[in-house]
Amino acid sequence: MIKTSGLSKKYNDKYVVKNADTFFPLGKVTSIIGPNGAGKSTLLSMASRLTDSDAGQIIIGDIPLDQWDSSELAKRLSVLSQSNNINMRFTVRELVTFGRFPYSQGRQTEEDNRIIDNALRQLDISHLQERYIDELSGGQKQMAFIAMVVAQDTDYIFLDEPLNNLDIKHSVDIMATLKKLADEHNKAIVIVIHDINFASCYSDNIVAMKQGEITKNGSVDDVIDEQVLSEIYEIPFKVQEIDGNKISLYYRR
Amino acid sequence: MRSLLSKTILNLWSRHSSKQNAMKSDTTKLIVLVVFTVAICVLFLGKGLTPDNYQFFLSRRIPKVLAITLAAIAIASSSLVFQTITANRILTPSILGFDSLYVMIQVLLVVSFGGFSIVIINSQLNFLIATSIMVVSAMTLFHFYFSGRPRNIFTLLLVGVVLSSLFSSVTGFFTMVINPDEFSFIQGSMFASFNNINSELVYWCLIPISLCSAYLFKLSNKLDVMWLGTENAKSLGVNTHKLTMQIMFVITIMVSISTALIGPILFFGLIVVALTRQLFSSFKHRFLIVASAILSVLMLAGGQWVVENFFDFNTTISVIINFVGGSYFLYLLMKNKFD
Repeated sequence: MIKTSGLSKKYNDKYVVKNADTFFPLGKVTSIIGPNGAGKSTLLSMASRLTDSDAGQIIIGDIPLDQWDSSELAKRLSVLSQSNNINMRFTVRELVTFGRFPYSQGRQTEEDNRIIDNALRQLDISHLQERYIDELSGGQKQMAFIAMVVAQDTDYIFLDEPLNNLDIKHSVDIMATLKKLADEHNKAIVIVIHDINFASCYSDNIVAMKQGEITKNGSVDDVIDEQVLSEIYEIPFKVQEIDGNKISLYYRR
Repeated sequence: MRSLLSKTILNLWSRHSSKQNAMKSDTTKLIVLVVFTVAICVLFLGKGLTPDNYQFFLSRRIPKVLAITLAAIAIASSSLVFQTITANRILTPSILGFDSLYVMIQVLLVVSFGGFSIVIINSQLNFLIATSIMVVSAMTLFHFYFSGRPRNIFTLLLVGVVLSSLFSSVTGFFTMVINPDEFSFIQGSMFASFNNINSELVYWCLIPISLCSAYLFKLSNKLDVMWLGTENAKSLGVNTHKLTMQIMFVITIMVSISTALIGPILFFGLIVVALTRQLFSSFKHRFLIVASAILSVLMLAGGQWVVENFFDFNTTISVIINFVGGSYFLYLLMKNKFD
C-alpha cells in the first residue's frame, strides 16, 4: 500500500496541495477527482515521486519514499504522465520494451520478451507492434503507453488523466484493463480523472479534491453523492443508480 | 570529391517502413561511412609518400589526422548527448558559452601578458590554461545549478546564454582597444584550424577523450530512456538529475579539450547530429554515438581536404563548415516550407 500523510506543496506562498492524507491499497482502483486547479495532478506526481513535496510523508510498501533506491522503486511503482512528448521515432514494440528497463537495463531477455508480448496482448495492440508511434491515433498511442506501464509490472500504477482526448471505446477499454489489473493482478491503480461517471463505474475508492485540499475520501457510495459533488463542483448534481452503477447527471443547470 | 561524397550519402538515405529493413540499412550505411572515412584518412596520410620522405611527412600528418579524429569525436558525441539531455534538437553545448569563453581567455591572455609571452607562444601551456579555466568555470556554474533541488534544465541554458554574450562583449571590448599587431594573435584563435596543431598536445588529448567516450557508452542505455522525456525516465528508474549532472561533466571535458585543441567549432556539432539523425533510424545511443563520430570524422577530414587542396590553405576549416552548415540549414528551412 501507499500512504501519504500531511503531504503539501506550495508555489511561493500559495498551497497547491495542503495536508493531503491518502491511502492507496493494493488490489483497488482509486480515482482522484475535482475541478481544474484542485491539485489532483500535483498530488499524484508527489505520491509517484515525479515532484518533490514541501511537507509530509509518503510511505511506499513500509518504506518512506526518500529511502527507496530509484532503480529498485521503478520495479514497484510506475507513473504515466498526461503529456508524453517523445523526441524520437519508436515503434510500439520498442516503446513497450522500455517498460522492462528497470529489470534489464536495456538488454532484454527471453523473459522480458514474453512479458512484452503479454502486455501488448492485454491492451489488444499486438497487431500494431511494428507501427511507429507517430503514425498512431491518440487512442492507440495511449494504449501503447499503458502497455509500457503494464510491461513494467509494478505493484503501484499511477496515471494522470489516462482518458484525456480519447473516444468512448478507447476509454472503456482502458478503464476495463485498469480494473482488471487491480482485480486479477492485485495492483494498486491510482488515476486522476475528470469524467466522474467513469470514476464511479470503475473505482473502488474516490478521493475528491478542491482548492488543494481533500474534501472527501472514501468508497464510491460515499463520494458519488448529490450533496458532496455539488459542493465540489459548485453546480447542481443528480445521482441515479442504473444497473448498480451510480451515474451523475450534471449536464443542465 | 566532396559533392560526390555527399551525393552518395544522400542517395543511400531513404525512409523505411519496416524496422528490420531500417536496421539492416543502418548497418550498411555505417559500413559505407567507415569505408569513406578510412579512405580519406589514408589519402591524408599517404599522399606523395616516398621511401625517402615518409618519416618526416608521417610525423607531421599522423598528429593532424589524430587531432581531426579526436575533435570530431568530441564534438559529435557531446552535441548528440547534449540534445538528448535538453530534449532539443537545435542546441549544442556552445549555448553554454564554451566557444566565447575560449576566445575571451585568449584575448585576456594577450592583453595581460602580450602576444609574445610564453602563455601564447607555448601551445602546451596555453592549452593547459585554457582547458583548466573552461573546466573550472563550467564546474562552478554546474555546482550552483545542481546543488539543492532539481531545477529546470532551461535555467542552466539561459545562464549559459547570458554568460556567453558577456564573454563576447568583453572580447569585443578588448579587441577594439589593443593594437593591431596583438590582434593578429587573437585572430588565429578565433577560428578553428588544423594547420598548426602541436603534436604533443594531440597525444595528451587521446586519454581524456577516450575515457569520456567510454563513459558515455556506459551511460548509453540510460540515455535511450531519456528519449521518452524526463517524467517517463524517472518512472523507469533513471535518476535524471544525476544523469544530467554526469552528462554535463563529460560534455564539459570533451568540449573544453576539443576547443582548446583546434579552436571554436561547436556549430559543426549541430550539422553532424542533424545529419546523423537523418541518415540513421536507430534510437540507440550506443549506435548513434559511433555513427555520429564516424560521420563527423569524415566531414571534418573532408573539409580539411578541401581547405588544403582547393584553397591552398587560404581559408580555415571554420569557414568551410559555416558555409556548408549554413547552406544545409537554409536547405532544411526551405524544404520544410515548401513541402
